[in-house]
Amino acid sequence: MNRLLLNKIVITLSTLAALMGISFLLWILVTLSIRGYHSIDWHIFTTDLVNNGLRNVIIGQFILAGIATVIGVPVGMMAGIYLREYGINSKFAMIVRNLSDVMMSAPSIVIGIFVYGIFVVPFGGFNGWAGVIALAILMIPIVVSTTDSMLSLVPQELREAGIALGASKAQVIYKIVLSAAKIGLITGVLLAFARVIGETAPLLFTSANNNFFSFGLSNQYPSLTVSIYHLALFPSQTSQNLAWAGSAILTLLVLFINLITRFIFKPRKQK
Amino acid sequence: MKLAIQTKDFSFTYPKTKEATLKGINIPIYANKVTALIGPSGCGKSTLLRSCNRIHDVYPGNSYDGEILLYDNNGEKAENILQYKKENDLINLRQRIGMIFQKPTPFPMSIKDNITYGLKLSGIKNKTELLDRTEIALKGAALWEEVKDRLNNSAMGLSGGQQQRLCIARAVALKPQVLLFDEPTSALDPISTASIEALISELKNELTVLIVTHNMQQASRISDYTGFMYLGDLVEYDVTETIFLNPKEKKTEDYITGRFG
Repeated sequence: MNRLLLNKIVITLSTLAALMGISFLLWILVTLSIRGYHSIDWHIFTTDLVNNGLRNVIIGQFILAGIATVIGVPVGMMAGIYLREYGINSKFAMIVRNLSDVMMSAPSIVIGIFVYGIFVVPFGGFNGWAGVIALAILMIPIVVSTTDSMLSLVPQELREAGIALGASKAQVIYKIVLSAAKIGLITGVLLAFARVIGETAPLLFTSANNNFFSFGLSNQYPSLTVSIYHLALFPSQTSQNLAWAGSAILTLLVLFINLITRFIFKPRKQK
Repeated sequence: MKLAIQTKDFSFTYPKTKEATLKGINIPIYANKVTALIGPSGCGKSTLLRSCNRIHDVYPGNSYDGEILLYDNNGEKAENILQYKKENDLINLRQRIGMIFQKPTPFPMSIKDNITYGLKLSGIKNKTELLDRTEIALKGAALWEEVKDRLNNSAMGLSGGQQQRLCIARAVALKPQVLLFDEPTSALDPISTASIEALISELKNELTVLIVTHNMQQASRISDYTGFMYLGDLVEYDVTETIFLNPKEKKTEDYITGRFG
């Protein structure tokens, strides 16, 4: 009887805890959807921030995150390949692997201030490149870690089979191992992209913001997240509505990218 | 009889271990014959097999001692493969000595590309020649009829037995002198096992087979010569029939009659 009672208490408590977690998430989503729904119209997608639209900041956010991906993914993947295929368990590889893990949990605002110090101050002002670099720095350890762990899932026999056919180590890695780990690697890149596209702190002191449409990364550069931050603080109903719309769009974007990664990863799980 | 491989006082030590895993092995591998290595787990039979194409070199820190002589096709001139130092020499060696693993290891690409991968590495670029060699290899591995309509499909979709035959085809396509089999059927069902065994018996017309197996019936069915290994020593080596019917050593007899191991 006692055991049954304990069982029931534990089940009730853990169910309540789960419900609480989900309810906050739903609360956020519902509020965002309602507020966002009332604030989103076509006007937002066709005009720039200066005319109370979000076109330039959405595109700006994608450009910042996109260039950061182009820089961060190759560097992160090469480092991951080094760690798993060449360094393996050498002392140096272990140190790099641990440092990369530490970097992954570094607060993004710290990275923002670091980049402010080396890429904003010496160049005389906020600029888009600094924002790109901050995002790339944020991205690299994530890509390193997923590459490292995805490559560790490739069976050792596959590498040996390639070597046994007379392939060199590099040929085995680039033709066989990477293609065996392809799905995991793509997922890692998408997740890293989803992570940086919602970042505000690293952009706040680096690319800052811009009311106008711009491709000029050497000046202040528009981004959705920093805009939301400024709009939400601005004491005007129009600005705050725009902030709600921006938040809803951003949340949907991140949700969408996460769903895509789930979708890509699914067929593999069924095997 | 022509020799394909001959080891002379061959010893092998894994990194960070004091005692040698293989101690002074002398074994002849005759050309166009099937030689089986049997023995309980940990006796060193796979280590010996994996020394013959220097696949151990994928991992650093091993030490080889003695000689492993690889003869040319006429069984006359021999080279000590333990002297190879450059990656190029090792690549050439591995194209002369192919290897089949315990678990099938198809590459994550199409059936056709699995076969042409090794061929392209060996420098063949002509498309017709690649296709011809692919067909010959698949026919040689008794797989052609099953896959000829789906050569461009992923090799991962094949059954375990088919995947293993694909791996054999992939190795045979390079026309190696020797094929090393490391327990090639232990992950397969009885029907697939039978087809792989039939294939091995046919392959010896064109090349030399060295096979490690846990299954003594398999050794007696397919091999011409058998070596019994125990704790890093080659205890007995002879014609397969003699090993199984009239072993000279007590240890061999105990093992094949199932009294230990």
